[in-house]
Amino acid sequence: MSPLSRREFVGAGIAGAAGLVIGFYLPHKGAAEKESFSPNAYLRITPDNKVTVVVARSEMGQGVRTALPMILAEELEADWKQIEIEQAGASTLFGDQTTGGSASIRTTWDPMRKAGATAREMLISAAALTWGVPRSTCAAENGHIKHAASNRSLSYGDLVAKASTLPIPSDVTLKQSKDYKIVGQRLARVDSPAKVKGEAVFGIDFRMPGMKYAVLSRCPVIGGKVTSFDDKDSKKIAGVSYVGKISDSAVAVVAASAWGAMEGRRVLNVTWDEGPNKDLNTAAILASMKQAASKKGVNIYSAGDPAKVSGRKISAEYTLPFMAHAAMEPGNCTASYQGSKCELWAPTQVPQDCRDSVATAVGLDSDQVKVNVTLMGGGFGRRLEHDYAVEAALVSKAINSPVKVVWTREDDMRFSTYRPASIHQLAATLDGSGYPVALTHRLIAPSISGQKGQPVPNGVDPDLPDEAGPVYGIPNYSIEYVMTETPVPLGWMRSVYALQTAFALETFIDELAVAAGKDPVQFRLHLLEKDQDLPYFTTMWKTSRMRGVLQLVADRAGWGKPLPAGRYRGLACFGCFQSYMAEVVEISMENDQPRVHRVVAAVDCGQIVNPSILEQQIQGGIVYGLANALRAKITIEKGRVMQGNFDDYAPLRMEETPVVEVYAVPSAEAPTGIGEPSVPPVAPALCSAIYGATKKRIRALPILS
Amino acid sequence: MADLTLRVNGSEKKVSVSPETPLLWVLRDTLELTGTKFGCGAGLCGACTVHVDGSAIRSCSTPVSQVTGKSITTIEGLSANGLHVLQQAWIAEEVPQCGYCQTGQIMSAAALLAKTPNPSDDQITQAMNGNLCRCGTYERIRKAIHRAASGGAR
Repeated sequence: MSPLSRREFVGAGIAGAAGLVIGFYLPHKGAAEKESFSPNAYLRITPDNKVTVVVARSEMGQGVRTALPMILAEELEADWKQIEIEQAGASTLFGDQTTGGSASIRTTWDPMRKAGATAREMLISAAALTWGVPRSTCAAENGHIKHAASNRSLSYGDLVAKASTLPIPSDVTLKQSKDYKIVGQRLARVDSPAKVKGEAVFGIDFRMPGMKYAVLSRCPVIGGKVTSFDDKDSKKIAGVSYVGKISDSAVAVVAASAWGAMEGRRVLNVTWDEGPNKDLNTAAILASMKQAASKKGVNIYSAGDPAKVSGRKISAEYTLPFMAHAAMEPGNCTASYQGSKCELWAPTQVPQDCRDSVATAVGLDSDQVKVNVTLMGGGFGRRLEHDYAVEAALVSKAINSPVKVVWTREDDMRFSTYRPASIHQLAATLDGSGYPVALTHRLIAPSISGQKGQPVPNGVDPDLPDEAGPVYGIPNYSIEYVMTETPVPLGWMRSVYALQTAFALETFIDELAVAAGKDPVQFRLHLLEKDQDLPYFTTMWKTSRMRGVLQLVADRAGWGKPLPAGRYRGLACFGCFQSYMAEVVEISMENDQPRVHRVVAAVDCGQIVNPSILEQQIQGGIVYGLANALRAKITIEKGRVMQGNFDDYAPLRMEETPVVEVYAVPSAEAPTGIGEPSVPPVAPALCSAIYGATKKRIRALPILS
Repeated sequence: MADLTLRVNGSEKKVSVSPETPLLWVLRDTLELTGTKFGCGAGLCGACTVHVDGSAIRSCSTPVSQVTGKSITTIEGLSANGLHVLQQAWIAEEVPQCGYCQTGQIMSAAALLAKTPNPSDDQITQAMNGNLCRCGTYERIRKAIHRAASGGAR
């Protein structure tokens, strides 16, 4: 059964026999609308010397179950070997539990440190009182409080009872980066052993007594509905116990096994009302976006006035397709609806959204829905949706039994929420040396949040502040967003709009460098040569930090040094999720196709919590970005998604994977995002290398279309 | 439905399933061996890799009736204690991110090492190319296989 049940601990401060409990607070998005001052994560130390850290973010491979506790353990001066991890489910105690936006570390850095430090100070006080010595003569070290003068030592477990009676200090001193013993270390991930033994429980692995399996037949046409269905053949399949319409657009087939349900669906006959999108196709979608491109957009970044600058002008247009996340674990969720309550076991990035949307769907209050968070076989943003949870709850209610809804790979590909297609119009005015003194970037794309009916303040998609900022200190610089509409379901896919923005901007910069006859690194360094702060929404982009990663990557890649015959390099840089990233891609051409041999990446993401996890994220992001650049393309014909499995939507395989070298700028700045920033520079760097090899300019992704 | 006897991880298991059921679903749903994963259902991703008589096969595309009387090994039975040299190497090289594909990767790698104890990079690529990883762990997988091949040392 689930190890995830012991999660909701009441109140801050003391929890009696459970030991010392420290609550802490997080400044979260939309603080006004939710419990902005309720504790959102906990540390629990028990007399048996167990230190339990509750992780209120979801583990989808990015290492939060290791990295977040490391931050707390550092300030606690804990013995890392004592730490136990507890996964939080949906709660009202944790603030916003969404896992996304490369935000888990950057948003919990302060609260996790404060929670650890607060506990440490209370344990020191408890020891000082026990021994009757001044606090200042006691020190915390490796899970103990020590009194050096008398050579006495007490473990944290020994001090729980006393510490629990003490007031919680409101102001504690945090450690300095130079004194870190845990943060910054290559500590082994806590989840690896279970994952290599096959013992890790992903959503699809969860089971409970009496659980049935369901697959759903969904209308293949976007926005279509069920007219009627004939289940007589389905019911002949061994184990099929139920066939029924569970929503306007889906019929569920329930069986004693997942395979039985799939077989039942295979022979199910559904008549569909294909609805208004039955003639929708990719060409028409792009044509309508082109048409919308002439509309005036909303300015999202402005420096100087590009319109007033005269000189030689260059412009170009770039186009990107819809893409699908294609995480390895297909969608699934287990639900047990029992009249006045419903419990879910969900591989989800949004446990609270699952709770709330399930409550609405099955007619319960949110506090009657309990969401347990399982491990996820990848997320990449797909599990920021909650469709799988709602489906599971609806089926469970319909059959009055626990049920696991399983999506097949084809379901996952065809009923995903896709990275928005986009068009980018870039224009520059050049000075006498060919450097841009004015740049405009018009980003024409549908809004993910807008399509979902979420707020789009001032016509700006709320993701753009993290993903479409300026890189260079060009004196006249304008970025404009033109919102379009599409019926194609949209979702947040790893790096979201940054992939599109960086491809267009950095390919354009490469074109300008070529036009100026200048080296692309020197060209960029010139545009970054002055120390400038570029204010963009709540982020202050610093040209000095971008310069730092550019110089580091150029140095480590051997930029400027001759390559073997037939090898070519390309480079790109970009900043998103508050981090700075530069990448050099090294290729050769084989049968007119690029073979990527090596990628060198440099990052400035502030303080590094775990260098091994950092490398994983960057290596993984680059492999993901390469697949996006080379092949990722979702197309629509007759209102249907045409791709279905890994043959027609092919991720990178080992044979195509380059060696990736990762270098980080040493920093004691607060940590910034790392899950996504390595994705966007891949495509423009690769296309620059291809230009070097072929003199062909690629202005539309994917490269191999 | 048919009553079949399977030899899984060294023990005999009686199951009552349709003979065309893919081995994957018998392992996962009937025998509750969920270390073998469902990824594509079409033999394209390798997440479902198990050994049948020592060879790596895709259990999602193998009807259970084809493997009666044969020796089936899943990740749960790869070693007595989960400490096969590859599993140790996977931990030492910090391979898993989400981890979902890794059991299939390890089973493919184990079949490779059983036949080719000291594989070259090309042999590794050839053996592992059918196993997809969306987290992009391929480079560390390669290192882990080399580590295991050299007896655990780097």
